[in-house]
Amino acid sequence: MFEILTKEMLTPNICRMKVCAPRLAKAARPGQFLIVRADEKGERIPLTISDYNASEGTVTIVTQSIGASSIDINSLEVGDSFADVVGPLGLASDFVKMTPEELSAQHFVFIAGGVGTAPVYPQVKWLHERGVKVDVIVGARNRDLLIYTDEFRRVCDHLYICTDDGSEGFHGVGTAMLEKLVSEGEVFTRAVAIGPMIMMKFATITCRKLGIPIIVSLNSLMVDGTGMCGACRVTVGGRTRFACVEGPEFDGYEVDFDEAMRRQGQYKAEEAEAMEHHVCKIGRGK
Amino acid sequence: MANRIPRVPVREQDPKVRATNFEEVCYGYNLEEASLEASRCLHCKNPRCVSACPVGVKIPDFIERIVSGDIKGAAEVIALDSSLPAVCGRVCPQESQCEGSCVLGVKSEPVAIGKLERFVADNSPVEPVPAVSGSGVKVAVIGSGPAGLACASDLAKMGYDVTVFEALHKAGGVLQYGIPEFRLPKDTVLAREIGAVTALGVKIETDVVIGKTLTVDQLMDEEGFKAVFIGSGAGLPKFMGIPGENLCGVFSANEFLTRNNLMKAFRPDYLTPIHAGRKVCVVGGGNVAMDAARTALRLGAEVHIVYRRTEAELPARREEVHHAAQEGIIFDMLTNPVEILGDEKGWVRAIKCIRMELGEPDESGRRSPVPIPGSEFEIPTETVIMSLGTSPNPLISSTTEGLDVTRRGCLVADDTGATTRPGVFAGGDAVTGAATVILAMGAGRTAAKAIDEYLKSSLQ
Repeated sequence: MFEILTKEMLTPNICRMKVCAPRLAKAARPGQFLIVRADEKGERIPLTISDYNASEGTVTIVTQSIGASSIDINSLEVGDSFADVVGPLGLASDFVKMTPEELSAQHFVFIAGGVGTAPVYPQVKWLHERGVKVDVIVGARNRDLLIYTDEFRRVCDHLYICTDDGSEGFHGVGTAMLEKLVSEGEVFTRAVAIGPMIMMKFATITCRKLGIPIIVSLNSLMVDGTGMCGACRVTVGGRTRFACVEGPEFDGYEVDFDEAMRRQGQYKAEEAEAMEHHVCKIGRGK
Repeated sequence: MANRIPRVPVREQDPKVRATNFEEVCYGYNLEEASLEASRCLHCKNPRCVSACPVGVKIPDFIERIVSGDIKGAAEVIALDSSLPAVCGRVCPQESQCEGSCVLGVKSEPVAIGKLERFVADNSPVEPVPAVSGSGVKVAVIGSGPAGLACASDLAKMGYDVTVFEALHKAGGVLQYGIPEFRLPKDTVLAREIGAVTALGVKIETDVVIGKTLTVDQLMDEEGFKAVFIGSGAGLPKFMGIPGENLCGVFSANEFLTRNNLMKAFRPDYLTPIHAGRKVCVVGGGNVAMDAARTALRLGAEVHIVYRRTEAELPARREEVHHAAQEGIIFDMLTNPVEILGDEKGWVRAIKCIRMELGEPDESGRRSPVPIPGSEFEIPTETVIMSLGTSPNPLISSTTEGLDVTRRGCLVADDTGATTRPGVFAGGDAVTGAATVILAMGAGRTAAKAIDEYLKSSLQ
């Protein structure tokens, strides 16, 4: 079960894996996530699904090595299996429920940042396959950290690349690119931002200024991912919501990003300690 | 006379020592102690203990076998009615069930039925069960907690081909994620009991979330299951709805316990983090509150139970309250939180509480707590654990046509477990809301019988 079929490093620390999970692949819709556990002692890590193929029975995950658990995930090789892969979890993107008429009236713009760029892909692909106008703005610190640009070129109308240092494409952040496009006369009816919490916060501020509705995908802390633990509590429109079962996508205008960012860092001290321990272990050659 | 023998005390880990480890609190009886305690049973003609047991274990019969030294025979008697004796012997509220009805309890102390059941379960080998040749008709059981396991083993004994679907990565449901190691050891006791269920031929598939990975309709239409039992429990945590509940350092008891029990955060070799800090306030007074409090204590915190009524109304089992107090948990009674206060970084710094007094009895017969105006005060704390109960998860009901739920989100089912959808049965906390392990097992057994009757009549 859950065998890794392909593995490639997209950047020195972002890894893409195609994993065998037939039932999950069959049920998955754009916007949903899964939970993966590398081995018996690993954490349950929620990852937004980066692609799925029902006929192959596979799902694709893209993971950035940032903590002990993500390092463990990315250290697995083709032929290895995950202890667990469970999903699809959360609700599908709300455009999945739109009628063809509603969809044809839309012009989507996706704002993707960092490792969050990968899960934008199935959404863009889904829309593109249905003939919906969809543009993508991908941002990264520099050109070496850009991911998924070739994939997007195949499934979107326009791809706009932004780098913080100007090493490729537009010199600046994704939100600046969005403002530029709108000032040049582009009309977007809907924006979707997926990336670091801080990027989604600023994408929301920009969209509010430009009058574009925006959906964000929250990568809150979770344990079970089915509504049991409440670790993913987030205030949306003044109400407490569970990102795992009522999200992960919410109306950006309504999300309390500052609280969401604080809650995301709740286990920072414990994680730093685990990381220290982890590095030591590797240093000793396990 | 036999009943002159005082109840044989059970050996326990020293409270000071056990407050620092996760090993089991109670050591259980040895053969000598069990035989002596068993000899206290009066073997009543109309044993009230049996009718007080939700699954009707033939208590005097198994106790008689202990007296005659036939432990294996005692295990066989229990196995007729209970599929999880080592679990029930540990976590059942015996004082309000079998032991609460024991005649000996009128003048002295009841027979320690729970401890005897545990002794039998722990000291009889799991024997390979000969495969039952049956109809081979496929039945799906959703959830591997007490209701699901009880239903699955009864169905397997009737010859059905049973598959249990579990959303988490380990079987056991609340026995796995909710009840801590020091009350119910996972790798020894729980794993062994689940092993006994799979030995009957029951298949358990983990990592399948019914309502997400597969729907009930798919189980019946595509995967060939002729009947479905839903024992998905009551997993959604409740919060108070007071200001400050989303501050960092406020956790549901479910999160805290799942991190510790299922994910084994207390062990340094497991990666899942857990945060207790130096001081923890647990809000609530049930068994789950005691479990969360005693877990936080073992992680090194000073722990307070904050409860709005008095000690007499605590819904937790007496034994759990007693153990918690012995270990050094501080009980702040007649105290109700009104707000959680944070520091400049968004972390909990205190709970603002109001003092309560007991007023008139409410519908449940318990005197309802009434706030004393102007009595607000602060309890400084680093962590708050909300343990206010749980409600059923809507993942299945919201994705299955024709399955009615009550206003409180509980599945509608009749006395036999039949839901409003033909072929779909339910039982345990998913139907009743949060209750006990043994009631869930009872409901699982009742539904197994009803499923058998349903299949026999519908397949003819």
